[in-house]
Amino acid sequence: MTTTAFPRGAAIAGVYEHPSRFSPNKTEFQIMAESAKGALDDAGLQRTDVDGLFGASMSMGLMGIVDLAEYLDLYPDYLDGTNIGGSSFVAHVTHAAAAVNAGLCQVALVLYGSTAASNSMAIGTGGTGGSRNPDAAFSAPYGMTTVGSYATYANLHMDTYGTTSEQLAEIAVTMRQHASLNPRAKMRNPITVNDVLDSRMISRPLHLLDCCIISDGGGAVVVTSLERARDLAKPPVQLLGCGEAVQHQGVGYSDILTIAAKQSGARAFEMAGVKHSDIDLAMIYDSFTITVLATLENLGFCPVGEGGNFVSNGGIALGGTLPVNPDGGGLSSNHPGMRGIFLVIEAVKQLRDECDARQVPKAELALAHGTGGTIGDKHSGATLILGVDR
Amino acid sequence: MNAIEHPLPFASWESRGFWEGAGRGELVLQRCEACGLVQHRPRGVCAHCLDGSALTHFTASGSGEIYSFTITEQNQAKGFAEACPYVMAYVKLDEGPRLLTVIVDCDPDDAAVGARVVADYVSQNRDDAEVFAVPVFRLG
Ligand SMILES: [Zn+2]
Repeated sequence: MTTTAFPRGAAIAGVYEHPSRFSPNKTEFQIMAESAKGALDDAGLQRTDVDGLFGASMSMGLMGIVDLAEYLDLYPDYLDGTNIGGSSFVAHVTHAAAAVNAGLCQVALVLYGSTAASNSMAIGTGGTGGSRNPDAAFSAPYGMTTVGSYATYANLHMDTYGTTSEQLAEIAVTMRQHASLNPRAKMRNPITVNDVLDSRMISRPLHLLDCCIISDGGGAVVVTSLERARDLAKPPVQLLGCGEAVQHQGVGYSDILTIAAKQSGARAFEMAGVKHSDIDLAMIYDSFTITVLATLENLGFCPVGEGGNFVSNGGIALGGTLPVNPDGGGLSSNHPGMRGIFLVIEAVKQLRDECDARQVPKAELALAHGTGGTIGDKHSGATLILGVDR
Repeated sequence: MNAIEHPLPFASWESRGFWEGAGRGELVLQRCEACGLVQHRPRGVCAHCLDGSALTHFTASGSGEIYSFTITEQNQAKGFAEACPYVMAYVKLDEGPRLLTVIVDCDPDDAAVGARVVADYVSQNRDDAEVFAVPVFRLG
């Protein structure tokens, strides 16, 4: 199928999730390179076929994508180092599809690698320290943390809609249940709602077990035209719809309860021409339990304010209304700083029926939504709707 | 639990009015006289007009209500780690815009969305010539 945005069709031809969860003897770029090999092998392509390079990481800054090209000894025709936080790689898939459809490149490689765990990064609770940057002066004096920002959103949601900590805990319990089926997941022992509620409070109302884990890891995705993908090693997974959006404080009046997913999701569904009930599984960025609840509501899988009920009683478990993150997500499988690439990788593997015990039966349509930055303060959102080739 | 040691704010010419106002014990906001927008944080232009020629500063009431908040129990950053638990909040000012702040001298159980708050100012000891203060809020 082709769309107005992608008249030549766009497809994911290869994916690879780096197996490591702790790699003190590797660098970010090494993890990216090993992931590149994995995804190219998966697609049946060579390093020399790559003419579009996309990537971002926790430490890649100015010139980072050029540094990455140098590390890989690549001379691509198209470069994109967009970094909008953890959603970057979801957005990269869209950007790559657009570049391929514009004829600017043919085979695009999207890369991520991180050694967040072996570097002992305090990602959620590191806070904002002093800074001589005047733009930071409106946040640095006030002790904003990543988890704290999401916690302000959670409190606002609870106050507005009556959402409870027990309902948020259900999300963590389901993610752990899924992780128990994923041999590579970092945290596989089952947990209960009470385990979550009894875990240490980090930033009220979010407990330790409402927060994602910190791991090392990385991954790669190969994007090409649908026609090219049909000649490669694995069945193509089509990009049917996509969208990007932001939410932020604006000039001080924005509707913070409405997150970027509302805008990006609406565009993706419109482009794909599918209904919510058509979606077989969703890969939802789960930095925190509240992230999942807010995203499902704003994507329209349930009315805003009813996410608490939607995620309870196994609603987002395998076999439930909408299976979410069968790999165990960032809450239990892996979260190396930025998680967006794993949303794409697991969606593709599910659509290729490669997921063994955690496979969603007959999965034909998947949605992936990445959130970058912090809900409650400011963030980006990127949505993809992916489908099998038929 | 200690008081927060607020990292020193640094001003650009865009934000100088806000920080100098805080140093005088005033909450200073920007209004665009061309379109009427009251904006925060301060900018060199009205974000809607993309033009700064009609921007003015005025002293706001310093009153508002909690829009959203969290009780931070863990923050490893210097100046905050020792102050946990503390209440971080977005406050919606009566003049319209929100700002990020902390609610001081607040029992965590008394923090609530919609609670009325008033501004207070924590002056800064610093080794440059700036006379700034950090606006914080307290219930009341
Ligand atoms: Zn104006």
